[in-house]
Parts: sequence; structure tokens; C-alpha cells
Amino acid sequence: MSEVLVKNYDTEKLIKESGYDDHFHEHHHGDKYQSNFIMTYIFSMDHKIIARQFLITGMIWALIGAAMSIIFRLQLGFPDSNMAWLKPLLGKWINMDNGVGTLDPNFYYALVTMHGTIIVFMVLTAGLSGTFSNLLIPLQLGARDMASPFMNMLSYWFFFLSSVIMFYSLFIATGPFSGGWTGYPPLSALPQASDGSGAGATLWIVSLVFFVVSVLLGGVNYITTVLNLRTKGMSLWRMPLTIWAFFITAIIGLLSFPVLASAFFLLTFDRSLGTSFFLNEIVIKGQILDYAGGSPILFQHLFWFLGHPEVYIIILPAMGLTSEVLSVHARKPIFGYRAMVISILAIAFLSFIVWAHHMFMAGVNPFISNIFVIFTLIIAVPSAVKVFNWITTLYGGNIRLNTPMLFAIGFVSLFISGGLTGIFLGNSAIDIQLHDTYFVIAHFHIVMGVAAFFGMFAGIYHWYPKMFGRFMNETLGKIHFWGTMIGAYAIFWPMHYTGLAGVPRRYYKFDIFDAFGQFTELNMFITVSAAIVFGLQVLFVINFFRSIWFGRKVKSINPWGANTLEWTTPIHAGHGNWPGNLPTVHRWAYDYGKDGYEFIPQHVPVSEDESEVH
Amino acid sequence: MSNIKLTNSYNRSKLHPHKFALYVSLASIIMMFAGLTSAFVVRRAAGNWLEFYMPNQFYYSAVVIVLSSLSVHFSIRAYKKGNEALYKLFMILAAILGFSFMILQYQGWLTLDAGGIAIDGNPSGSFVYAISGLHAAHVLGGIAVLLVCVLRAFTTTFKVTERRLIRLEISAIYWHFVDILWLYLLFFMIWQM
Repeated sequence: MSEVLVKNYDTEKLIKESGYDDHFHEHHHGDKYQSNFIMTYIFSMDHKIIARQFLITGMIWALIGAAMSIIFRLQLGFPDSNMAWLKPLLGKWINMDNGVGTLDPNFYYALVTMHGTIIVFMVLTAGLSGTFSNLLIPLQLGARDMASPFMNMLSYWFFFLSSVIMFYSLFIATGPFSGGWTGYPPLSALPQASDGSGAGATLWIVSLVFFVVSVLLGGVNYITTVLNLRTKGMSLWRMPLTIWAFFITAIIGLLSFPVLASAFFLLTFDRSLGTSFFLNEIVIKGQILDYAGGSPILFQHLFWFLGHPEVYIIILPAMGLTSEVLSVHARKPIFGYRAMVISILAIAFLSFIVWAHHMFMAGVNPFISNIFVIFTLIIAVPSAVKVFNWITTLYGGNIRLNTPMLFAIGFVSLFISGGLTGIFLGNSAIDIQLHDTYFVIAHFHIVMGVAAFFGMFAGIYHWYPKMFGRFMNETLGKIHFWGTMIGAYAIFWPMHYTGLAGVPRRYYKFDIFDAFGQFTELNMFITVSAAIVFGLQVLFVINFFRSIWFGRKVKSINPWGANTLEWTTPIHAGHGNWPGNLPTVHRWAYDYGKDGYEFIPQHVPVSEDESEVH
Repeated sequence: MSNIKLTNSYNRSKLHPHKFALYVSLASIIMMFAGLTSAFVVRRAAGNWLEFYMPNQFYYSAVVIVLSSLSVHFSIRAYKKGNEALYKLFMILAAILGFSFMILQYQGWLTLDAGGIAIDGNPSGSFVYAISGLHAAHVLGGIAVLLVCVLRAFTTTFKVTERRLIRLEISAIYWHFVDILWLYLLFFMIWQM
């Protein structure tokens, strides 16, 4: 066994002597906008505060979205039970009959719809990418802030506005939108189609339009910052994989979200101006409507042109965070750095040409489906490259099994399990049996729902010391991990079986289907598991907020022994991130275990006897 | 606003970051119209499609917006040369032409409607209204930008600085963009009908 050497360096001295002087602190107005409470914590333009705003708003949404899933899981697991005890919370959505309360079916659909919308957009897009792109892009690239801090602030406040509108829609008399998170017409286009299709759908569309604005403002900033504000020596091929992931995510978002805006634009025309873009010869309640010539499939094309890239907008940041956390806590360079970057690019490219695999059964020409099948299955290649590289990074590593590392390893596990079922669903022939069943639910919840949450948790536990100057409680973190890991499989594994048996998704109850009676106990088991996992997330939230004030304090600026630049800033980094010069970069971010040294950070100059330089 | 020093001496890129950010935003606007025009193509291929001629006003407005773009171009050229009078003149002219574009578009919609192409009729007509309407919304944004330019031209003392030139150029890039966008959309709609 060779001895592990520790590289001697003095960060403060290095930055002072060989850092890049951009004269930032000579402009005394630089700190002006942080002079009072409101400008510092509310209308802040500092990327670190904005990151925390995104994170905490996302966490509130996550609790709301998850609580909704518990309510509809109660309905699915215990359809005959008395839900009167939920009346204080849900009010008129619990129908009372002789003292027995049942969940209103319309509200069941609203819950399913809002659960999807909230988790996909509010939590896993804004809460995940918004948080970590904001926190890490300037810090890991050696930039003072985003290219336009003002636009960055707007990006958060558009998200906030969008959140307020979505939240408000939960409380209106006709209930929130209930036509599914995909918003397919005619349910989304005709106000008379269902309770939620009226004001609920209007608010849903308006909220998501503001959400698109927020994503675009953020994305423009992320891309510009990555390409223009990297510190001296930080070439693109030296960027940490986190930054590559956020950068490509922003590009995907910028190219796909506007198409969703177009779809909503046409949908609004159909709703308000009587056009027939998506509507054709419809009869509602015996009344023949005046629409002719539209095509609901057209909306599906436009929606999934965003919708499919959207799943990569969700998963790529989680992949980036996982890559970084795995490498730091395995004390090994990431295996195949360039292959990792190229597979991110390949996934991004492919994400734009597979959207119709969501529509195999919607009346798309089967010959066109073939092309989408092929491209869909090709995504398995870059995905497999990434999984292989994560596992080889772990292989032979000096692994620290702390909470962030556990979540990162959990991410890899979930991504494999969920990815394999993707190969089933990518085949249009198998999709004839599996489409719109619980098999689909199980697939996407594991591969992009729970997995993305695991990436996010890994990121939160790992960068918490950077965000708040304290650590989260490790014991609670481990309970959170093991409970969620086992619980997630307990919830979604059985759904594969119900799905294979043909149990359709989005149904309120199955009592008239004798064939599905065999799953009654299984459904109870899923519901109980879901409730326990929800409790563990509450535990996480408690740990999160408690640690802000009572967590163990961070003593050194680089507590994990990581190589990236965010760990060269002071523990409580002020405005401009570095008090003096900007650090300059001399190497890539993955010099772990090189030449016997445990780690050599990016800002340490290359010495003459080093074996290879990246 | 931004207090961050945006240009570093070691940066190889000559492009100003704000300009770069604008180009990135334009890419997303292009995607929006690409979505609409491909929806147009897909819907047209499905049949039950009414073909009609574009109103003449749409052609006039194309000429007007090109002239407006040229005015902005000449205004900035005059600014660079330090010719205050021409700079102000062309800037006002550009804004007036921008307004005229909007009026012509509105007249165009009225003509369409009078000719029996209602907004809630056959989807081919609805698409023309939707596409030209969304474009007009982007032109309105451009007019607001031009008005700010005019306001600044008349309220600040004339001085040629790098900072102001960049502001002007960014405004101009957007205006040229909505100009070219209309030419593309008009050509697209004529070609598809």
C-alpha cells in the first residue's frame, strides 16, 4: 500500500499571488445592491441567494405535490374507506353520504394533474436546475456572478409569479385543472369539458407561460455565463461535469420551451377566440359544437416536442451532480470524462428526435413510429456509457459512504432500474400492451422522478456547507436515504406487475374490473409505502431547516477535499464570491489520487514532476 | 443593473456578453415560430384546408419594416460618425415606420376578415392570424425598444461612447430580427398557400 500524500498549498496565497485581478472590488458600487434586508434576501441579484430562493420554493412545492400523491394513493389503496377525516383539509371535495366521506372523482383527476405539473415543472425543473445552475455555474467557473444578475432575479420572480398563480388555482370553486399534466385538448381546450377545464385550465396555462419565461431568462443567463465568464485557464474541457450538464440543459430548455409556448398560444386561441386548431367535430352533453378541421394530435406533437426534452432537462442536472459527488467521495477521477461530456451532448441531440414515442398509440402513422423507435433505443447507448463510467468511477475507489454519496449511488441504481424498462416502452409494438398502464408510471417515476430527486438530494447534502456554512445532520440523512431508497422500490416495483397485467393509469377506482381485484392488497402496500416515504421527506425538510441554524459548523473552506473552485471561496462567500482576485485554473477538476496525492484542486499550479496534465 | 465586469482581457470571444445573450434569446424566438410554422405544415397536409391570397397590406408592411430597419442602420452609422442630427432623424423615422407597420398589419387583418377569412373559420385562416399576431407582439416589443432609443437620443447629451453604441447595436439587432422574421413568415405563408 502506498502512502497517501497531501498536497501542500495555501489557497489564499495562491489566489492573491497568481489569481486574476479583474478590479472588481475597486468598483465600490459593487456591493451597493446588498445594503439592506430587502435587497439582500428578497429582491436579491446575487446568484447564491437566488439559488436558495429557487431551492426553498421548490421544496415547498415538493411537499404540496407529494401530499397530493398521498391523497390519491389513499383513494387507490383504500377505495372504500371513509375519508371524512380529510374534510377539514379538502372541504367540498370530500362528498359526504350518511357520514361516510368519499373523494370527489373530479378532484381525484385534479390531484393527479397537479401532482404531475408541480413535480415536473415547479420542483424538478425550477427547484433542481434553477437551484444548482445558479449556485454552481458562477462558483465553479470562477465568475463573480451571472452574466446578467438582473435577468437572473427576474427569472426567479417569474417563477414566483407562476407559482402564486398555480397555487391560487388550487383554491378556486371549480377546482384546479384536471385534464392531465400534458394538457391534451379537448379537455384543456373546452371550458365546458370538465370542472377543471374552466378557470382552472386558464390559470394553469397562464402560470406555465410565466414559467416558460422564467426558464428562458434563466437559460439565456446560464449559457452566456458559461461561454463568457469562465476564469482564466478554465477551458471548456476543464469544466466540471456539473457545469457541462447545466450548460446543455439550458440549451435544451431554450430550444424546447418556446415550442410549448406556441402550443399554449394556439390553445388559448381555441379557448377564447373560437378557432379550431386542436378541435374537430365535438359533441358535449348532446350539444354539437361549432369546431371543425382541427387536430388534437397536433397539440400532442407540439407538447411532446417540449415534453421529451423536458425529461432530459430534469435528468441531466441530476446526472451532473451525481458525477461530481461520486468522484469527490470515491476520491477518484471520474472515469471517461470526455465520454461523459460526449454522451451528454448525444443525449441532448437525441432528445429532440424521439418525441413521438409518447404518441405511439395516439394515431401516429406506424411507419413513422419505426423511426422514433430506433432513435429512442439509441438513447440507451449514451445512457449506458454514463452508467458504465459511474460504476467504474466507484470501482476501487476509497469510498466515503456519507449521505451525499449514498444518494449519488442510489441515483445510479434507480437510473439503471428505470432505464431498463424504458427499453420495453420504446418499442411501439410492446407499447400496444403497456401504454397508459402502471408500467409507464413505474418507469418514469423511477428513471426521472425518484432518480432526479436522488440527484437533487445528493446535491443538497453535498453543497449544503457551501450554501449555509453548516452540515446537515448525518444520522437523519442516512435514515432519509435508506428509507427513501427501500421505499421508492416498494412503491414502484409492484407497479410493474400491475402495469403488465394491464391496469390503466389515472383511473379513480377499479371495483368494476374483476381482473384487477387481485391487486387490492398490492395497492394497499403501495399506499402504505408511499405514506412512509412521504414522512421521511418531511424528516428531510426538518433536517434541512434545523441545520440552517443548528447544524454542525463548517470549519475549513474545503470540507470534502474537493477540487472545484467553489471550495476556494470563504465559508460565507460575499457578493462577488472571492474577496480579492479570481482564482486561475491550471488543471481539470478531477485530479484525485494522482501521483499519490489525495487531491489537487484546480487552482493549484502544475508542478514539474506531474505525470499528466488535463 | 449589472455591476459585474463583463469583459475579461483574456477572453478570446470578441462578442459582447449582452449581445451574445440576445442571440441566444433570438434562438428561442426562432424555435417558437418554427413550432408554429411546422404545425401549419402538418395541419395543411391533413387536408380540409382553405387556400387564399394574403392581403396587400402584408406586402406593404414588409416594405415598411425593411425601410424601418434601414433607418435604424443609418441612424447607428450616423451615431458612429458623430452626426447628431442624422442620428436623431433616422431614429425617429424608424419608430414612425415601426408604428406604420403595426397599422398596416391591423388593416391587413381587417381586409382578411372582410374577405371572409374569419379568425374562427378554417384553420388555414386561423393560422395566418395567429402567426402574424404573435409576430406583431414581438414587433410591439421592438417598438418599445425603439421608443427608449428615441427617448435617450433626445434626453441625454450627445456623446459617442462604447457603452451607448452597444446598447444601440443590441436594439438594432432585435429590430432587424423581427424584420427578417416577418419576411420569412410572409414568404412562408405565400409559399404554403
